Amino acid sequence: MVKTLLAQVKEFKKSSILTPLFMLLEVVMETFIPLLMASIIDNGIQVEGGNIRHICKMGVFMILAAAIGLYAGVMGGKYGANASAGLARNLRKAMFENIQNFSFSNIDKYSTPGLITRLTTDVTNVQNAYQMILRMCSRSPASLICAMVMAFSINTKLASIYLVAVIVLSSILALIIRGAMKHFSIGFKQYDNLNGSVQENVSAIRVVKAYVREDYENEKFQKASATVANIFSKAEAVLAFNAPAMQFTVYGCILGISWIGAKMVVGSELTTGELMSLLTYCMNILMSLMMLSMVFVMVSMSIASGKRIAEVINETSDLQNPEHPTYEVANGSIEFKNVDFSYQNNGGEAVLKNINLSIKAGETIGIIGGTGSAKTSLVNLISRLYDVQKGQVLVGGKDVREYDMEALRNQVAVVLQKNTLFSGTILENLRWGNKTASEEECQHACKLACADEFIEKMPAKYNTYIEQGGSNVSGGQRQRLCIARALLKNPKVLILDDSTSAVDMATDAKIRKAFAEEIPNTTKLIIAQRISSVQNADRILVMNEGEIAGFGTHEELLNSNEIYREVYESQTGGSGDFDEGKEEA
Amino acid sequence: MAGNPNKVGGPMGKAMGKPPKNKNAGKVFKRLMAYILKSYKFHLIFVAICILISVLASVQGTMFMQTLIDDFIVPLVKSENPDFSDLLREIIRVGSIYAIGILATYTYNRVMVNVTQGTLHKFRNDMFTKMESLPIKYFDTNPHGDIMSMYTNDTDTLRQMISQSMPQIFSSAITVISILSCMIMLNIPLTLLTLVMVGIMLTAAGKVAGQSSKHFVAQQKEIGSVNGYIEEMMEGQKVVKVFCHEEESIEKFNELNDKLFHSADNANKFANILGPINGQLGHMSYLLCAVFGGIMAVNGFAGLTLGGLASFLTFNKSFNMPINQVSQQLNAIVMAMAGAERIFKLLDETPEVDDGYVTLVNAKREGDKLVPCKERTGIWAWEHKHQNGDPTTYVELKGDVVFDDVDFGYTDEKIVLHNVDLYATPGQKIAFVGSTGAGKTTITNLINRFYDIQDGKIRYDGININKIKKADLRRSLGIVLQDTHLFTMSVKDNIRYGRLDATDEEVIAAAKLANADGFIRRLPEGYDTILTGDGANLSQGQRQLLAIARAAIADPPVLILDEATSSIDTRTEKLVQDGMDKLMAGRTTFVIAHRLSTIKNSDCIMVLEQGRIIERGNHDQLMEEKGKYYQLSTGK
Repeated sequence: MVKTLLAQVKEFKKSSILTPLFMLLEVVMETFIPLLMASIIDNGIQVEGGNIRHICKMGVFMILAAAIGLYAGVMGGKYGANASAGLARNLRKAMFENIQNFSFSNIDKYSTPGLITRLTTDVTNVQNAYQMILRMCSRSPASLICAMVMAFSINTKLASIYLVAVIVLSSILALIIRGAMKHFSIGFKQYDNLNGSVQENVSAIRVVKAYVREDYENEKFQKASATVANIFSKAEAVLAFNAPAMQFTVYGCILGISWIGAKMVVGSELTTGELMSLLTYCMNILMSLMMLSMVFVMVSMSIASGKRIAEVINETSDLQNPEHPTYEVANGSIEFKNVDFSYQNNGGEAVLKNINLSIKAGETIGIIGGTGSAKTSLVNLISRLYDVQKGQVLVGGKDVREYDMEALRNQVAVVLQKNTLFSGTILENLRWGNKTASEEECQHACKLACADEFIEKMPAKYNTYIEQGGSNVSGGQRQRLCIARALLKNPKVLILDDSTSAVDMATDAKIRKAFAEEIPNTTKLIIAQRISSVQNADRILVMNEGEIAGFGTHEELLNSNEIYREVYESQTGGSGDFDEGKEEA
Repeated sequence: MAGNPNKVGGPMGKAMGKPPKNKNAGKVFKRLMAYILKSYKFHLIFVAICILISVLASVQGTMFMQTLIDDFIVPLVKSENPDFSDLLREIIRVGSIYAIGILATYTYNRVMVNVTQGTLHKFRNDMFTKMESLPIKYFDTNPHGDIMSMYTNDTDTLRQMISQSMPQIFSSAITVISILSCMIMLNIPLTLLTLVMVGIMLTAAGKVAGQSSKHFVAQQKEIGSVNGYIEEMMEGQKVVKVFCHEEESIEKFNELNDKLFHSADNANKFANILGPINGQLGHMSYLLCAVFGGIMAVNGFAGLTLGGLASFLTFNKSFNMPINQVSQQLNAIVMAMAGAERIFKLLDETPEVDDGYVTLVNAKREGDKLVPCKERTGIWAWEHKHQNGDPTTYVELKGDVVFDDVDFGYTDEKIVLHNVDLYATPGQKIAFVGSTGAGKTTITNLINRFYDIQDGKIRYDGININKIKKADLRRSLGIVLQDTHLFTMSVKDNIRYGRLDATDEEVIAAAKLANADGFIRRLPEGYDTILTGDGANLSQGQRQLLAIARAAIADPPVLILDEATSSIDTRTEKLVQDGMDKLMAGRTTFVIAHRLSTIKNSDCIMVLEQGRIIERGNHDQLMEEKGKYYQLSTGK
């Protein structure tokens, strides 16, 4: 984990190295200053008649030391900020880029909110921890050691009090951290759940209101939020011992040093100046220890975040480009040979079983089948969104695994069932299909997809801004835009996965007609629930529980296929009038 | 942020080196304090006392340094037979005061834990309760990410401020005051010198903190846009893959990411250098006092003794520390105020108005009369407590819905439904068809008052729906919405959401009715399988089946199915429909669908176009009319 994260420091290596160096310099200066102060008192003030020259000389040294300390502190701060902000940037970048390489099954493995948290909160945690490590992990131990060395050089006997204090304080702190972390780790999980439930309520607010479950949700939330408050209170109650523990040791040291020190001064083993310096170091030593414990807490809290980030960075896509890929798809023919398929993270239960299928280029294939019959899984194999476990899927006569993935997907266009538009103008959205498409080409694609009519009615037409997720267009409009976007690829194979479910029948028919007339050479696979969407297809594939239940023309299936006939009847219901209308069509 | 961020602090701003601040910050702060004080007045008074004790204990410890040298060490050095018993007594005295101080420190830290967590707890509950009471419009107009960040980021900044900044500032203030008075007692000229240095420190801190806050605000904004982009791209990741749009999305991301890096770099840089600057200025202050104090002590000026100087120097150091600490807290406070402002804005939102007074009760028949009763009888009545003092009447709930010349628009400027007249008689199945955007969903959203109409009247069993209590109105309507949402809990509990007191048997019966029983049993834990991420591991169709089961278990007098079966294959749909028809026999059902098979057996089909009903009648009638319906259904 650490290695993965550190590999992302990259161009901020310089900052990462300079930060602790400057921090060390600052510490050295800070240690010097009390020394100079002691000298001012001992050799400047306490000598008979005073030694103003010595005071001034030491003063100049002190100013010099302070100036160097200031410079070092500022530079340390600057480089520390740079290094940690830079690491955060690189981590986000590395994750984002790797996610772009994810296959569908990689995406399935991490949930969307999970990925978002990793890219946002987790990175912030690591960023803060890294800055802490760079600045404090050099500063505090150095300051501790310097102050200790100085204390010992002044007086070994008195300084050993500090040694005892350090041991006492660090064992108390260790206990506190251990106790608190135990609660925190549970607490953060609960906190995530709590926020998850808020998220759920925000998006499902209509369900909540429709069922008048506001009180129920309030109660549920209050219970969860009480649990969170409770656990965090427990954790922080342990942390509340921090400050008093610190005070206890500091005060103990002050009293101890005062008592023994006074005796030693009286016994001429120590000067007053030295005694004062020792007392100054007391704060330095124990503050450093306190800082270290804080760093420790922060770092250990961010370990979980670091692990989650490393996981994403190290995830390798389970779909790899072949070594010598083919870039050209010869034609739009499709063949399935003995294909078995299962989703790995679904317990490996076979979703598709022994599929054999052959589709000619330019054919229009309707696909129909019950809920959960693996229609989507079947077409997802064609553009190699998943890999088969057994058998082969061929497009244009070649195994899909021989193609360059980008080339394959550009020539096999899929309109997904759960489709998304992105914030940006309609034109920008359309150009996802083809970056260089002219406005005319876009309009043409929209005409085919029957999207032009409503776009023309919009105030800014093709420059109308689409909100995130396409929330300002209706479901049917969204689907038509998504089809147009796919058409702009000018694909050899076009797959529509239930892409006209929210489009009315008349428009649906119009779109299919346009397909037949305008892109006759493109192989078209249309998954639909409506029989009317598929019945005019060249052939219709009937899926049932992961197997092919029938494959043929409308008439053939009507005669031979039980399932198809049932579906057909359920939709037409044998109503005479309607059927006549159908025949005329 | 109001004002010019470069011009740090106004004439008043100098004192604390205020960063560019929100105009309302003062108001927000007052309100926040009032909010905390409301529940924790005594806690906070107690905390204040403890802090006072803790600070005084520490100050008297510093004073002890003076007495140590002047009153004990110097005389002891001079005496022939040093007697340490006085010193020992003094140390015991100071030690006991220290002990009290430590106790006070622990107490206020411990109490603050309760205050912090309690306040956050209260904030969260208030926010959530408020949120649940808000009209749908609020959720339409506020990005969900923004709502979420109030629960996460904004509450986090508040935690930081309440638990750390507040006690810190208070104890610093006390420290500053008490040390200042000690310093004045010790030596006035040196005190003035220290104050001048503090002035310089504050000015410097103000300048730097101003810069830092400016960049922190910018950083917050950049974080928002990066997060927004990440969210959008992650949601649409599969589309990105299908369109091989990876490089473009990386490019755009890098651009936003770099911007965030720059503001984060600057914000942290300025925050980081604040410490060293103040620290070194503190050393300068110490040095100046040492030099001048030294000269004074050597010359015996103003009665300054060596011990006095030593004490003063310690005070000097202790004086600078709180100032340094407070200036480090400035950013936290600025961010917390911004967060608190957003939270208060949510708490100030007007909840859904509900002036209804007609309620829904279970009823039973006694002779011709309806009498309210506790148990579920399958008969419901509207309890109409007339406002003019007439005796309460009971109207049987039948599901008679009438729209009388209804106009509606989501905004006043744009009317989307025009002059809608609609009659649904009990026991009917009413269907709405029409092209997308024709206003089908809108009509159902009016029946349950997700939105209120601009003009006209909607009557439910003869009662104006504005008179019906919203909760009762909605309870009388079972709705399966177009967008299916499931909750993170077991399948069983998800179905039970429709009626909380349903038994397991009833849950299974509802699932069977919705044809969901089969696939539920195949799930790893059956009915106890916990659904996560809005039922992420179920297919679209399966999620719809669950939503239908959830509505079925509520056994509602009126049912609205809004594209409830759009992802369910037609064979399954047929089975579901038969079940639902049986359940709803004698009650009213509203159906919205594109699919002909879904609506064909309806008693009345309304064809909507651009917010108007253009045709109505049953399937056969409409087919004969050869109008829009005929067109839509035959695809011509």
